[in-house]
Amino acid sequence: MKSFEYTITDPVGIHARPAGLLVKAIKGFAGSAVTITKGEKSVNALKLMALMQMGIKQGDTVRIDVEGGDEEAVASAIEEFFKANL
Amino acid sequence: MITIQAKGVSTGVAIGPLYFYKRAQATLRRYQVEDRESEWLRFKAAQAKAIDQLGVLAEKAREEAGDEAAMLFETHQMMCEDMDYEESIENFIKEDGLNAEAAVTDAGAMQAETFAAMEDDYFRARAADVKDISARIVGILSGVVQGGIDSDVPVVLAADDLAPSETVQLDKSKILGFATSGGSGSSHTAILARTMGIPAIIGLGSQLKPEYEGREVIVDGGTGVVVVDADAETKQRLLKKREELLRRQELLNQLKGQPNVTRDGQSIRIYCNIGNPEDVHSVLENDGGGIGLFRSEFLYLNCDDYPTEDYQFEAYKKVLSDMDGKEVVIRTLDIGADKMIEYFQLPKEENPALGNRALRICLNRPEIFRTQLRALYRASAYGKLAIMFPMVTSVWEVKEAKKMCEQVKAELTAEGIPYSEDVEVGIMIETPAAAVISDRLAKVVDFFSVGTNDLTQYTLACDRQNNDLGRFFNPHHPAVLRLLKLVTENAHKNGIWVGICGELGADLELTETFLSIGIDELSVSPRSVLPLRQKVRDTVVGDVKEKLIDALMSDENAL
Repeated sequence: MKSFEYTITDPVGIHARPAGLLVKAIKGFAGSAVTITKGEKSVNALKLMALMQMGIKQGDTVRIDVEGGDEEAVASAIEEFFKANL
Repeated sequence: MITIQAKGVSTGVAIGPLYFYKRAQATLRRYQVEDRESEWLRFKAAQAKAIDQLGVLAEKAREEAGDEAAMLFETHQMMCEDMDYEESIENFIKEDGLNAEAAVTDAGAMQAETFAAMEDDYFRARAADVKDISARIVGILSGVVQGGIDSDVPVVLAADDLAPSETVQLDKSKILGFATSGGSGSSHTAILARTMGIPAIIGLGSQLKPEYEGREVIVDGGTGVVVVDADAETKQRLLKKREELLRRQELLNQLKGQPNVTRDGQSIRIYCNIGNPEDVHSVLENDGGGIGLFRSEFLYLNCDDYPTEDYQFEAYKKVLSDMDGKEVVIRTLDIGADKMIEYFQLPKEENPALGNRALRICLNRPEIFRTQLRALYRASAYGKLAIMFPMVTSVWEVKEAKKMCEQVKAELTAEGIPYSEDVEVGIMIETPAAAVISDRLAKVVDFFSVGTNDLTQYTLACDRQNNDLGRFFNPHHPAVLRLLKLVTENAHKNGIWVGICGELGADLELTETFLSIGIDELSVSPRSVLPLRQKVRDTVVGDVKEKLIDALMSDENAL
């Protein structure tokens, strides 16, 4: 498993647009399961509504875990995505 | 006359009959199904069709309101396929034997409830999205077409709330304005209304009564007021406002994206003056080419103590990134004189206009200046920054300030903090001294920006805040205009640019004079950008140049 932490800088947090783009991006990585954790709550990053219902806001630090597939490459691609969009 | 105050979310004034949105209300049928597998397939087919329809809406929204609006429907497409949503629908059908319409409605309600219970306004408003996609799928399943406007004349559309898909499907030629009892400022309807330039007021609650149907209403999206059956005076006032706004909008449509170039091909940059980071949106809305004066005082005025480097950095960074590569000229601290801040503990002066102010404070209290310069250079990595010093009278002051810039850059380099190497450093020309020695100042800076209010006050020895001096305070005075001409000549001889960031820049009576003198940039309030652009585009400089410059030098009446 490959993990990293990220602190959200987007003023609205993980809102519909980036959440949608994220789901789209992750669908492209066959064989990898991506989990996003904030505090004690975790969610499969493919679940768009559940991800939005986490209510992740600006300043929140989340942990992203990638399991299976090319973990290294997927994790760094997702990290890039967060930096660019969130 | 009935006046209702609520929340305006899209500016503009509209007048017309009120019309309540008619929804095709399908009574939800709820029953048990025998063949659960084919009911599930019936849902899958409706889901696929909903995704197709949303794709069409996305394209329509892209044409009407841009990529941002289209993205909404693309997100809706994904929500239709959401794993949890689909899973509960599957359970309702396959486990409970529920018909697809009821299954979709219940699953949508569950998700909507979760969103509605969230703390944040933005996420709460997403409940409407889930209900919207569920209604669409149910509509497809039961063969009911969506609602619309059944009226021959354009109307002010009233509703409890409008789903984004309802808004985008409406025949826009029939809509003068929106008035809803529910809704939020971050709802997509508000966003779409804004991008399409239709006035909208939300949150009217129970004050929006069905009995108003068909009666004449006026909505003012700027103030959030809805007037039913307005009296003659109110109606006249609001109609006048409407005309002004429309004229402005027309100007915008004609001039947005057009260059500021005279009929004989001379161009000038038109930038904006702003006082805080939120003003950036009106700069972009009015098509300003950049920011010619960002007054940094608000940072100091908003605090009870000296603002920290990080606090300043975030504010500068926001403006630079929001302007997306367009030039931003930030003026360093300009307090003293008429702008006092308590925690600076500056002693009271007999003559504050001639006292310890602006750059003078910065040079006397280098620790304050250094903090601001560090924040500015750090922010320079995020856009196109220029730094401008106010209230200069001598070359040594500029050299000392620039030396501090070099020190700050050296510190940042040593600390490994990125900054831009291309930050222009310029000064304001506000004192006759600076104007007279502008030939020398031009050798040590990258640009000049003339602050006409102070330049007039100091040149004419005339307090601009003293009402009794009105007729003596004349910014059109040849002494001021001659200084302006001198400054411009000295700037151009030394290959640097010169702008005007005082109120005079927006004075349309002087636009021809400024063009004749050869001013490179005018920085004005965002509202003045388009009228000024219009004026520039109507001018032929060649026709007036000699005459205007002659008048400036020798017109007896002016003197």
